[in-house]
Amino acid sequence: MVISRKPLHLILAAFVASLPLLSLASTSNDTVAAAPPAFESVKHVEPMKGEGHEVENANLTEEQKADLERKAHIKHHLMDSHDFTFFTYGKEGEKYFGFSLPVILYDNGLHLFSSSKFEHGEGVAESNGSYYKINHHNGLVYRTDAEGTFLEDDKGHVTNVKPLDLSITKSLFMIILVGLLMFFLFRGLGKSYKQNGSIAKGAGRFFEPIVLYIRDDIAIPNIGEKHYKKYMSFLLTIFFFIWFLNMFGLTPLGVNITGNLAITASLALITYLITTFTAKKDYWGHIFWMPGVPVPMKFILAPIELLGTIIKPFSLMIRLYANMVAGHIVLMSLIALMYTFNSPIGSPLSFFLAFVLSLLEILVALLQAYIFTMLAALYFGAAVEEHHHDEHHEVAHH
Amino acid sequence: MEIPKIVGAGLVVIGAGIGIGRIGGSAMDAIARQPEATGKIQTAMLIAAALIEGIGFAALFAVN
Repeated sequence: MVISRKPLHLILAAFVASLPLLSLASTSNDTVAAAPPAFESVKHVEPMKGEGHEVENANLTEEQKADLERKAHIKHHLMDSHDFTFFTYGKEGEKYFGFSLPVILYDNGLHLFSSSKFEHGEGVAESNGSYYKINHHNGLVYRTDAEGTFLEDDKGHVTNVKPLDLSITKSLFMIILVGLLMFFLFRGLGKSYKQNGSIAKGAGRFFEPIVLYIRDDIAIPNIGEKHYKKYMSFLLTIFFFIWFLNMFGLTPLGVNITGNLAITASLALITYLITTFTAKKDYWGHIFWMPGVPVPMKFILAPIELLGTIIKPFSLMIRLYANMVAGHIVLMSLIALMYTFNSPIGSPLSFFLAFVLSLLEILVALLQAYIFTMLAALYFGAAVEEHHHDEHHEVAHH
Repeated sequence: MEIPKIVGAGLVVIGAGIGIGRIGGSAMDAIARQPEATGKIQTAMLIAAALIEGIGFAALFAVN
C-alpha cells in the first residue's frame, strides 16, 4: 500500500529527529576493538622493531612501549568520547585543551552531570549516590563502587552494570553541529531564490549544481518521474549529511563520526524503513513470487530475496563504516610512522605519503556519500517500480 | 594474529583488487571506443567499484 506524502514526511521527520537517540553514546566494543588489530596487522610490515605482542610490562623495550602507546592513541581517536578534547599538551600530555560535554545517564532515575567529573577517564563520578567510571578499553560508562573497580569475567569482559547512556558525546555534538550547519546553509539558499528572482546568491550557491545533480542523475533515473519527489528530501539530506560528516572527520578536530557503527546503522535502518513502508504491492510480490522464473525456483528464491532486503541496508552500513574507519586508521598509522622513523629522510617521506592519502580520503568522503545516496535511490526505485505485464517476461525483469 | 586469518585477509584484498581492476580496464576500453560517453561510464564504474569494495570490507570484518 502506498503511503501518501504527508504521513511519509511525518515518519521521516520523526526518525530524523530521533537519530541522535538511535546513535546512542556507546560504541560497540567488539567491532571497534576487533577492527583496529585487523588493520594494524595488515600494515605491520613496517619496521616497528617490537617482536610479538606479549604485554608483560616488565621487559618491554622503549620501542615496544612507544608502539603500544601509538596503537592506544589511534584507537582512542576512533572511539567516541564524553568530552571534546582538541589536543593535549604538556610534558606527559597531562594538560587538555577542550571542553566537557554533559553526561546523561538513565539508571533508576536520571543522572545529569558534566563529564569533567570523569577527569578524562581517570576519576569516578558520583551522582545521586551511584558511582560511574569510564572503561579505558571501550570508552563506555559503567556503574561501579566508590573506588571505581571493574569486575571482569574469565574472558576479560567487563561485567559491571551499564546504565543507559544518552549523553551528548563528541559524535553527537558534531552531528547536531552539522545538522545546524546544513539547516542554515540550505535555508539561506532556499530563501535567496525568493529574493533574487530564482538566482541563488550567497554561500549556498555552491551547492545548487549538486542538488540538481542529485535530482537529475540520481533520483529521476532510479526512481522515475512519477515518484521521485517523495524521496528527494531524504536523498538530499543523507548526501550532505554523510558528506559533511566525512569531511569533518578529516579535520584536525579529531572527530570520527561516520566511522561509528551505531551511526551508520541508524542511517541504514532509516533507509530500510523507508523502503519497507513506501513499497508498493508489486515490490513484495516480486520478492515472494518472482515472475518469469519456473515455479520450483520461485520457492527457492523467496527466502533469498527476503534475506536480500535485510542484507542490502546492512551492506550500506558496513560499506560506509569500513571505508571511514580504514581511512582513519591508515592515515593515523602513517602519521605515527613519522615518529617511528625519526630520520630526516623517512619522516618527510611518510608525511608526504600521509598528505597524498589525505587527498584520496577527501575523494573517498564524497564518493561514499554519493554511493550511499545512489544505492538508497536504487532501493527506493525498486520499491515503487511500476508493474510490467507478464507477457513481456521472457527476460527476467529486475 | 593467526596465520589463517592473515591469509584470508590477503585473499580478500586480492579478490577485490582484481575485481576493481577489471572494471577499470573495461571502463577504459569503453571510454576509448566512445569518448563522448565518458561521464556515464565513469559513474557506472564508480558504483561497481564501491559495491565490490563493500564486499571486500564486509569480508575483512568477517575474517576478524
